[in-house]
Amino acid sequence: MHKTRLQILICGGTGCISSGCLDVEEQLIASLEKHGIRDEVTIIKAGCFGFCEQGPIVKVYPDNTFYVKVHGDDCDELVSEHLLKGKHVDRLLFKSPITGESCHHHMDMAFYKTQLRIALMHCGMVDPENIEDYIGVGGYEALAKCLTEYTQQEIIDVVKASGLRGRGGAGFPTGNKWQFGLNNQNDKKYIICNADEGDPGAFMDRSIMEGDPHAVIEAMAIAGRAIGADEGVVYIRAEYPLAVNRLRIAIAQAEKYGMLGDNIMNSGFNFRVRVNLGAGAFVCGEETALINSLEGKRGEPRLRPPFPAQKGLWNQPTVNCNVETYACIPLIINRGPEWFKQYGTEKSPGTKVFALAGKINNVGLIEVPMGTTLREVIFEIGGGIPKGKKFKAIQTGGPSGGCICEKHLDVGVDFDTLTSIGSMMGSGGMIVMDEDDCMVNIAKFYLEFTVEESCGKCTPCRIGNTRMYEILDRITKGKGKPEDLVELRELGQTIKDASLCGLGNTAPNPVLSTLNYFMDEYEAHVLHGKCPAGACKDLVNFVITDKCIACSLCAKVCPVNCIHPTGSETPNGKKRFVIDHEACIKCGACLPKCPPKIGAIIKE
Amino acid sequence: MEKNEKALFAELDAHIDALPSKQGALISVLHKAQDIFGYLPREVQTHVAQKLDIPASKVYGVLTFYSFFTMTQKGKNRVNVCMGTACFVRGADKILHKFERDLNMKANTTSEDGLWSLDALRCIGACGLAPIITVNGKSHGRLVEDDVTGIIEACLAEEGGK
Repeated sequence: MHKTRLQILICGGTGCISSGCLDVEEQLIASLEKHGIRDEVTIIKAGCFGFCEQGPIVKVYPDNTFYVKVHGDDCDELVSEHLLKGKHVDRLLFKSPITGESCHHHMDMAFYKTQLRIALMHCGMVDPENIEDYIGVGGYEALAKCLTEYTQQEIIDVVKASGLRGRGGAGFPTGNKWQFGLNNQNDKKYIICNADEGDPGAFMDRSIMEGDPHAVIEAMAIAGRAIGADEGVVYIRAEYPLAVNRLRIAIAQAEKYGMLGDNIMNSGFNFRVRVNLGAGAFVCGEETALINSLEGKRGEPRLRPPFPAQKGLWNQPTVNCNVETYACIPLIINRGPEWFKQYGTEKSPGTKVFALAGKINNVGLIEVPMGTTLREVIFEIGGGIPKGKKFKAIQTGGPSGGCICEKHLDVGVDFDTLTSIGSMMGSGGMIVMDEDDCMVNIAKFYLEFTVEESCGKCTPCRIGNTRMYEILDRITKGKGKPEDLVELRELGQTIKDASLCGLGNTAPNPVLSTLNYFMDEYEAHVLHGKCPAGACKDLVNFVITDKCIACSLCAKVCPVNCIHPTGSETPNGKKRFVIDHEACIKCGACLPKCPPKIGAIIKE
Repeated sequence: MEKNEKALFAELDAHIDALPSKQGALISVLHKAQDIFGYLPREVQTHVAQKLDIPASKVYGVLTFYSFFTMTQKGKNRVNVCMGTACFVRGADKILHKFERDLNMKANTTSEDGLWSLDALRCIGACGLAPIITVNGKSHGRLVEDDVTGIIEACLAEEGGK
């Protein structure tokens, strides 16, 4: 690796780039040059460190100091204090929200303490644009082992013994999938990496590809060896330009170093990988739809059987796994299945990466052993709910998953437990919601997504979801009827039973799970015309009370000029303001303008 | 379409002619075409169909299936409001509505003067900065409604300065 006195790792994930890490890099270089120590320091733009909420993040090695929210104009101080004088810049260290103490190392932070990184092991450690960094941490050793020591069947046996299950959502055992691929004899076979991460609020796969692209490429080559394929395709979202770019760089480097191409490591094994851009269709996360899309067609799912392992891409045997699944493979080969199985639960060994977001203090990318409880994830790693608000629900599995309420927080998360409480693992998005979120409105949000993304092939999904959306829309507007709640359940069950693919089979989950756990909110909307969370506009009224001192601040911001001084008189003879509810668009702009010590505007 | 239309079609043709195989290439060709033209009007669709020797109906069917492709030209200033779940629960809908009101246009349309495109996006994956938008490729995170007016004014000022 690098032989300079100091190394600075800047998080170069999409999250930190959005918060300004490129400026940090520029300013750091400028400052190092100014102080004449540019050649003593290596700057690496690494993959995601995970703690996106605190970005841009900068780590300094060898003393492993973890700086948060570093901006361009902090760089000079960082160089002159830390790099030259060896003193920590205290104001840039993370402060524990509980004790208020500064944390120098990431392992002192509650966010990292209970995490265990397997799929993300090298993310944030290596330079993703430099294959030598990856080789330096043992990269491509697993491929070498598979080419020189193991037979095809032995590779598959190791994967089977590890108990690894597909991280893309359904949790199908990876070893079994590979076995089908091997068993189906054919001259031409394909390996696919599903990197079409379409769930809103999920960025696990993207972070792996941005931070450790070689792990994915190495694993695809191993899978190719195992089943006898010579061609691999990464199907990736076009919306992930950074990941696409880093994958392309990694593939070119792997070819140059002989890790891809013809006769890899003199073994006679040929394998090539290419990148294929998706074009924005959620359903293409479903493997048969993905295969259609790879063939240049509309991404509509195919009927199974035949399964892709029998007839996949161009009707040839095809094995398709998700990014995170691949990222686990090299470590399983190197360290053995027993090592992997010591983590996690009996039926779901290993770890899982989650994208933790929403109403949570520590938004970020986390990896924990399967079986970790949701309570640990939310209140220890996630640091609880911002602004002292009350936890209401956590949504897992994206538009296919369900909402989980407080009473299930002590359930250990794995594939089977989440399904048993009406949600699913999905690819690993976790969105936390607090008391201000209306669960009916959230269900409607997900349904709107599904309606737009349904490919239209199956009637129950195409029309059923639309009808469900209309009912939910009606309820959030205060026009729901009691029988709507019965119909929602019936429609949901029918769509689940009668749709062809995973999208339709799971689309009603957000509605069914909220009906199960938050029936009181549905009833409040339908029976009493109230939205308890105050989120459904049509059921909320803004009212100015007698506390009004007629300062007119609210009237000035009203975009539709519906607040007028036509009310009762204040003690000093001014007319109080009144909101014209006919004209009000309920944007809520007036509410924060009323000075807190007056507090005259209330939501009803 | 622009006056140097011929050159644009030539660039597209060069790309298609260099393909190792036309089989299954439609989506990647449409990506390239959208890169070149900015959008995919009817003339581009029929041209692609002829070059790839497939029916124009198939080109249309594929491009309307995928949300990444557009058949309308985008405005000079492109505002994308992330409507992923993380942004939604942190109030992205309010930001979007504020843009709709201030620009006097609906989401997912382009203004008549061609100055603005306002789109609701799925998820740009910067959930730590929710709610987040991108304006002409630059991201603005942790927004509140009051930031919107300033962002619009900054775009117009830049426009005037050109």
